[in-house]
Amino acid sequence: MPEANGALLHVDGLQAWYGESHILHGVDFDVRPGEVVTLLGRNGAGKTTTLKSIMGIVGKRQGSIRFEDKETIRANSDRIAKMGIAFCPEERGIFASLDVKENLLLPPQVKSGGLSLDQIFELFPNLKERLTSQGTKLSGGEQQMLAIGRILRTGARLLLLDEPTEGLAPVIIQQIGKTIARLKDEGFTILLVEQNFRFASTVADRYYVMEHGKIIDTFANSELQANMGKLHQYLGV
Amino acid sequence: MIPLLGISTQALFGQLLLGLINGAFYALLSLGLAVIFGMLNIINFAHGALYMVGAFCAYFLLNLLGLNYWFALIISPLVVGALGMIIERTMLQRLAGLDHLYGLLLTFGLALIIQGVFQNYFGSSGLPYAIPRELAGGTNLGFMFLPNYRSWVIIFSLIVCLATWFMIEKTRLGAYLRAATENPALVRAFGINVPRMVTLTYGFGVALAALAGVLAAPINQVRPLMGADFIIVVFAVVVIGGMGSILGSIVTGFLLGLIEGLTKVFYPEASNTVVFVIMAIVLLVKPAGLFGRTA
Repeated sequence: MPEANGALLHVDGLQAWYGESHILHGVDFDVRPGEVVTLLGRNGAGKTTTLKSIMGIVGKRQGSIRFEDKETIRANSDRIAKMGIAFCPEERGIFASLDVKENLLLPPQVKSGGLSLDQIFELFPNLKERLTSQGTKLSGGEQQMLAIGRILRTGARLLLLDEPTEGLAPVIIQQIGKTIARLKDEGFTILLVEQNFRFASTVADRYYVMEHGKIIDTFANSELQANMGKLHQYLGV
Repeated sequence: MIPLLGISTQALFGQLLLGLINGAFYALLSLGLAVIFGMLNIINFAHGALYMVGAFCAYFLLNLLGLNYWFALIISPLVVGALGMIIERTMLQRLAGLDHLYGLLLTFGLALIIQGVFQNYFGSSGLPYAIPRELAGGTNLGFMFLPNYRSWVIIFSLIVCLATWFMIEKTRLGAYLRAATENPALVRAFGINVPRMVTLTYGFGVALAALAGVLAAPINQVRPLMGADFIIVVFAVVVIGGMGSILGSIVTGFLLGLIEGLTKVFYPEASNTVVFVIMAIVLLVKPAGLFGRTA
């Protein structure tokens, strides 16, 4: 159930460290149920670290991350996953020693209401053709589909997608865009990290801009055009 | 008796059988080492000592509780597996992320302590453990006499090895294990309790060693140093098969046992070193081992 202010995910004063280096310096934002929210920012701004902190993969975290009104800042990542958050990493994390089917079935179901295998094959027909291939023998695009497909089965309602279009051909980016729109229709909540804001603008409801481990700006998709000038400045494009 | 190359077939088959028996033990032990190395990234030098504890466990069960071999075959791996899980939780877990050397030193130290304690109480000589009644005697195959217990050891360990291989390569649990070997953080982020899996894996690996210990008890007697002598060869087997390779450790285990047996027939002087010669050659030609993936 959402928080009083309607947020499914509420991040407040989040700080995170990798070893000695202090990466996040107090990140605050909200994601409401059913939204697609995109984190924008240059390389090294802390976008990936923010996702990993929510997932509990970063070693040291401080502040508050509340999901469905429950504090997760001290929880281990397996417990966070079981609460209904799923993560698709930037490097995709396809396992070489597992075939496509094993990769697809690897994440256990944590909640009811996930997509069925048939529904996933409907989204990504390529996967069905290649079920017995070794996971890492797939093309980059197919690996991305596999990485997204496998977290749709689990019943997680909040999906953290880290640069799902990175290095992919335009036609595949389009397919991933359609998938995200379809997932939004199905009621999934998505927190997206993207460098490619042209892609992001086709799917996102709202944006947060990050710089030096902090959120420095936020606007809705309808305000995108008005904010284009600022955005170019932030992202240096 | 038909002589072959000046060697009686009886001697030849006798040595081949011995080789196959040794191979069965190599396979069981190196399989456990491979499973542990894959998951924990630790070279478990305590393996030989825990193999010995497994054999002693069978001895205690029989002489203190009157529980025979068949009970020992189940209870001893459970006891040693539990001991292993305690070792993993209290000690090995603290080494996560450190260099291999630390795990090696810790487990080597553990092996010395465990062996030392048993030696203190039982000396160095062997304690007898009788072959179970059901497996006494043997079968005359015409060309040789095959003791029943030895055929049992070969068949049973082959079954255990293949079942383990099947579990790791073909089941969902095995997929978790393989995935966690590659990227434990991500597997954990999928909601799987990886630390618990690591503990169970270590317990399972050393339970295999204990099982080998029980199987060995009626053949080799129960001695505090029975594992220490053996484990060095087993490590060579692991290196030849390829660190962490499941199938590699099984196939190489049996194969090297056979090669050792053959060497005993044709050139006995080399029988103690042949495994290490093969290891050196394999390392020169294929450094990752016969079945190893180059990382």
